[in-house]
Amino acid sequence: MVGLYLLVFLILVAICAPIIAPYDYDDQNQEKAFKFPNREFWFGTDNFGRDILSRMIYGSRVSLQVGLISVGFSALVGCTLGVIAAFYRKCDNLVMRVVDGFASIPYLLLAIAIAAALGSGINNLMLAVGISTIPAYARVTRAAVLTVKETEYVEAARSIGTNNFRIIIRHIMPNSLAPIIIQATLGVGNAILIASCLSFLGLGIQPPSPEWGAMLSGGRIYIRDYWHMTVIPGVALMLVVYALNILGDGLRDALDPRLK
Amino acid sequence: MHEKVLEIKKLVVRYDTDYEKVEAVNNISLEIAKKETMGLVGETGAGKTTTALAIMRLVPSPPGKVISGEIYFEGADLLKISEKEMRKIRGGKISMIFQDPMTALNPVLPVGEQIMEVIRLHDKGSKAEATKKTTKMLELVGINSERHNEYPHQFSGGMKQRVVIAIALACNPSLLIADEPTTALDVTIQAQVLGMMNSLKDEFDTSIILITHDLGVVAEVCDHVAIMYAGEIIETGTIKEIFENKKHPYTIGLFNSIPDLDTEEDRLQAISGLMPDPANLPKGCKFHPRCPKCTAECKHRVPQNTEVAPEHFVKCLLYKGTEAAK
Repeated sequence: MVGLYLLVFLILVAICAPIIAPYDYDDQNQEKAFKFPNREFWFGTDNFGRDILSRMIYGSRVSLQVGLISVGFSALVGCTLGVIAAFYRKCDNLVMRVVDGFASIPYLLLAIAIAAALGSGINNLMLAVGISTIPAYARVTRAAVLTVKETEYVEAARSIGTNNFRIIIRHIMPNSLAPIIIQATLGVGNAILIASCLSFLGLGIQPPSPEWGAMLSGGRIYIRDYWHMTVIPGVALMLVVYALNILGDGLRDALDPRLK
Repeated sequence: MHEKVLEIKKLVVRYDTDYEKVEAVNNISLEIAKKETMGLVGETGAGKTTTALAIMRLVPSPPGKVISGEIYFEGADLLKISEKEMRKIRGGKISMIFQDPMTALNPVLPVGEQIMEVIRLHDKGSKAEATKKTTKMLELVGINSERHNEYPHQFSGGMKQRVVIAIALACNPSLLIADEPTTALDVTIQAQVLGMMNSLKDEFDTSIILITHDLGVVAEVCDHVAIMYAGEIIETGTIKEIFENKKHPYTIGLFNSIPDLDTEEDRLQAISGLMPDPANLPKGCKFHPRCPKCTAECKHRVPQNTEVAPEHFVKCLLYKGTEAAK
């Protein structure tokens, strides 16, 4: 439940960003650069005198967006591939070997390639994260569909003259969703982490957009004197990923009867 | 005398695996007349369910495959028509009741929707009409129609089986294949379900193939019986003939293994031996290793159908040359 509360809090923060942020994320104030956390700036300011709290708040929007959209993309593609592989056994080998091929490309390499070919930016970042996580969804879906496909109610559906598409949509998918939901929840945390990692390396979101990974990257040269610039985004990132992981674990316990 | 609904001719179904080829159904022929109930009896693995699946053209493939034979249903050979036409027949003209009602319903859909699904697939009509018919079907099988929005886990086993029957009968099929419809139910519910199937048969003029290994159930509802052993029909006839004038040693053994209420017995009379390995069937008569009346001839000669009485066929060499006078 803690995970759910943290996530809901984060979503609220992201939605209300313009209302609750004390300053604009882009407001530079050279006179007040490198301030430690104080009453005026709760989380301190960075090397350009920008308020870190406001940047964190706006950054949560970017992180959530990257996390949700890339997971949505890869879950959609991955599930489709998984269903095709499991349902039409003739395609199984072909589809799954292609998926294995994707799994063998390190996501960093993929992100570098995409950034080099299409330029860096939030869309290409989501694309890179999305593509690199497709295999996980394809495998989970395939396994779930293979089990459900053999059940008697699918045979019964066939025996009343239902066509394949309808069987997949009405009978197989709803019954194989549980593991996919769990995978997706865990995947959001993972995607946020990968995205931050890529931004840290300069392959993702470019300044001045407030992204947590980019903020870490910006603060790292000052870490010896102004630790708050790296520690605060780092802790926030950790908390979010942690929250999503406990949420995923909780969902697994709730949805998978075998673990009870 | 009567109109045939289904006629199976020399059907062979084989399961091919990497290691062996198994003929689960081996050259069976069967006829079912209109409004008739045919009991298909046999041990586990005798090929009863495979026969039913072959009629529906749902033999899992791979590994299963219909090798040869013809299945005529209302004049058309089901093995030759297109998949699209077959889908219209499934659930529309032929429907099937599955063995285990606990698993034959989709756990995430309300039962009403599952009944509606078959109606919407086969009857052209508005959603309102389908809803009305769903309500009618539920009432027909004795379930309060207000429960149509409930999920399968909210029903008892017998009620689930009645929902399954409602689905099977929703489009007034001319043939109903019931694959051990009562095996998973306890005896009182069995009686209810069988009684209901019988009354529905009268109402809709449906022919039924009842697959079971329970001879008591057969006695209750069937007009004809076919006994299957190792993929073959070894004896077939009217219910009276089979129950009172059984000929094949296997059929006799099957009846002997039912304990008698009146005599005290310490042990049940079992047929000695086990079902043969279907991948490695004995030569000659397939029952000979277990047969108490086995002769030298049985070990290498395959028995053919012998008509010992009108409409009573036996595949056993003992009765060769004793055909009923025609």
